[in-house]
Amino acid sequence: MTAFLALLTRDMRLAVRVGGGALIGALFYLIVVVMMPFAIGPDLNLLGRIGPAILWLGALLASLLALDRLFATDNDDGSLDLLMMSAMPLELAVVAKGIAHWLTTALPLIVITPVLGLMLNVDLPAMGWVALTLLAGTPALTFIGLIGAALSVALRRGGLLLAILVLPLTIPVLIFGVSAANAAIVGPAPFGPPFTILCALSLASLVLGPFAAAAVLRQGQE
Amino acid sequence: MAVIDLANPTLFLRLVNRVLPWLTAATVLVFAYGLYRVAGSPDDYQQGATVKIMYLHVPAAWLGMMGWGLMTVAAFGTLVWRHPLADVAGRAAAPIGAAFTLICLITGSLWGRPTWGTYWVWDARLTSVLVLFLLYLGMLALYWTAEDPNRGSRAAAILALVGAVNIPIIKFSVDWWNTLHQPASILRMGGSAIAPSILWPLLIMAVAFTLLFFTLHLAAMRNEILRRRVRSMRMMQAQEQAQDYVEARA
Amino acid sequence: MQLRSENLTCERGGRTVFAGVNFTVDSGAALVVTGRNGAGKSTLLRVLAGLLRIASGRLELTGGANEATLPEQAHYLGHLDAVKPSLSVRENLTFWASYLGAPHGAPMDPALDAVGLGHLADLPAAYLSAGQKRRLSIARLVAVKRPVWLLDEPTSALDSQSQDRLAALMADHRATGGMIVAAAHGPIGLESFSELKMGQS
Repeated sequence: MTAFLALLTRDMRLAVRVGGGALIGALFYLIVVVMMPFAIGPDLNLLGRIGPAILWLGALLASLLALDRLFATDNDDGSLDLLMMSAMPLELAVVAKGIAHWLTTALPLIVITPVLGLMLNVDLPAMGWVALTLLAGTPALTFIGLIGAALSVALRRGGLLLAILVLPLTIPVLIFGVSAANAAIVGPAPFGPPFTILCALSLASLVLGPFAAAAVLRQGQE
Repeated sequence: MAVIDLANPTLFLRLVNRVLPWLTAATVLVFAYGLYRVAGSPDDYQQGATVKIMYLHVPAAWLGMMGWGLMTVAAFGTLVWRHPLADVAGRAAAPIGAAFTLICLITGSLWGRPTWGTYWVWDARLTSVLVLFLLYLGMLALYWTAEDPNRGSRAAAILALVGAVNIPIIKFSVDWWNTLHQPASILRMGGSAIAPSILWPLLIMAVAFTLLFFTLHLAAMRNEILRRRVRSMRMMQAQEQAQDYVEARA
Repeated sequence: MQLRSENLTCERGGRTVFAGVNFTVDSGAALVVTGRNGAGKSTLLRVLAGLLRIASGRLELTGGANEATLPEQAHYLGHLDAVKPSLSVRENLTFWASYLGAPHGAPMDPALDAVGLGHLADLPAAYLSAGQKRRLSIARLVAVKRPVWLLDEPTSALDSQSQDRLAALMADHRATGGMIVAAAHGPIGLESFSELKMGQS
């Protein structure tokens, strides 16, 4: 447990100190969302209708792109070797890094979501629902993304490759996240089923992601 | 005092320490007088008291743009004349310019709520300011990311120049984009003919905001110089230690 | 306590790096691995650290803490220092100490003093020179007690003063029953040691 907390706090500290790392993800989210109306047009009724989808898409891209260097920096400076030599299994180390990443990247996204919602003409109660679905769904994005982050270390290629590998895996999260948000805002379908599935996806990837990522990392050391 | 002397950070710090209290006092006084005049200015017959948000909104917009102008001049200073203070000036201007731009956006959307019925409208002017704010954020991100201030400064100077060239193009495209979608239905702040009862408080507030900007800017420059000194002292500390070993061994 | 290797073979990318490596290291003993570049010295250390898989052969640590594997009882000092520039010297060491299993709340100053970084404890590690970073990495071996030290070219980037300190630390470690396996081209300050020549068998 000491080792787990030590890694969690170290990663959070690094995210906050290194180049405002945590804020860059939120900044990317802001810019992606702001770009949408330039493509779609400033019609507030239209924006209000597709607002939840835009927000979800922005959050998806932002939380995945920020994952790129998660293991790569540890690999570059030799930390990854030492992370494997603890009594704590590598899977748990991956979980600790995932949680730290979620807290420093995904959580700021969710916090600024209401402000972006105003710009997309999504009203405040509806914004609460979107934020709730993001809160339930972004852990799935982070923990699926961990696999991609580990692969980019093993293959020594990062950036867009990660997006190509991981984005298809996140399609279910996007489907159920947006449909839960829309169900809550406009109906008529009930909110419960898609939201429960979204939570299930998060819990499942919380278990699956770390195992797969740890396996990939061990492989990558060969 | 000659310009050459000002290039010396130590002399500059001494000057800043002497000027800053007076500048602060002037800012407070002009702000107090400006707010008094704003309180006495008439309400709009359509918008009521909300029109007074304009006294914060418009000066903030001017200074948000001036901030980038200052950064552009500083960027020339960094790239062309390699003036040691130019880089400090540019770096200190970025967060302040961003803050004024943010004030402009917030006051704009607060004004929009009673006027347009919504906090945000993709109006050409507000959208241009938003894009300016995003450019500022990019600039700040660049400063945060560069660990070595010297390397970061030249990159930031180039970005400031590129931004300065791009801002008019962005403004033009946003106007075009907006009129394409919303033909001439935009409410405008103020009017073409401004009554003196509005104009004078506005000008006084603009002076107050300008003073505030320069007070903050000088203070931020001082902080930046001191921050760099801390950095080089730390580096020296790390090196002296290494030398102590050599001496202890000899 | 004994570290024993029998017929150890390692393959990477379909190529045999080394085969049939045999050695034993007892408590308090040191083994220096020598050989030309590319003979597999670093690879052997990484195999011992559990970072590379064994193709065939046996590797075991007997008489140690029960149920702990060799990597959990070993310190690996590789070519990279695992130092984060944005954390302070103390934060770097504290993290590795608690991650690698030092008792909670143990003071870090003795370990920092042992490598001569006590005065720089609160400085961000970004300001350290290559040699100072190396020493910070070595402080980890002092802060967390583990019986096996795997050192890959431990003296690289160290000045002679720091090499002396390292030699003293290695002697202390052996005096308390620790084992050392080091890869080296020249002398690294070990008193007595057996040698394993790679690339000849």
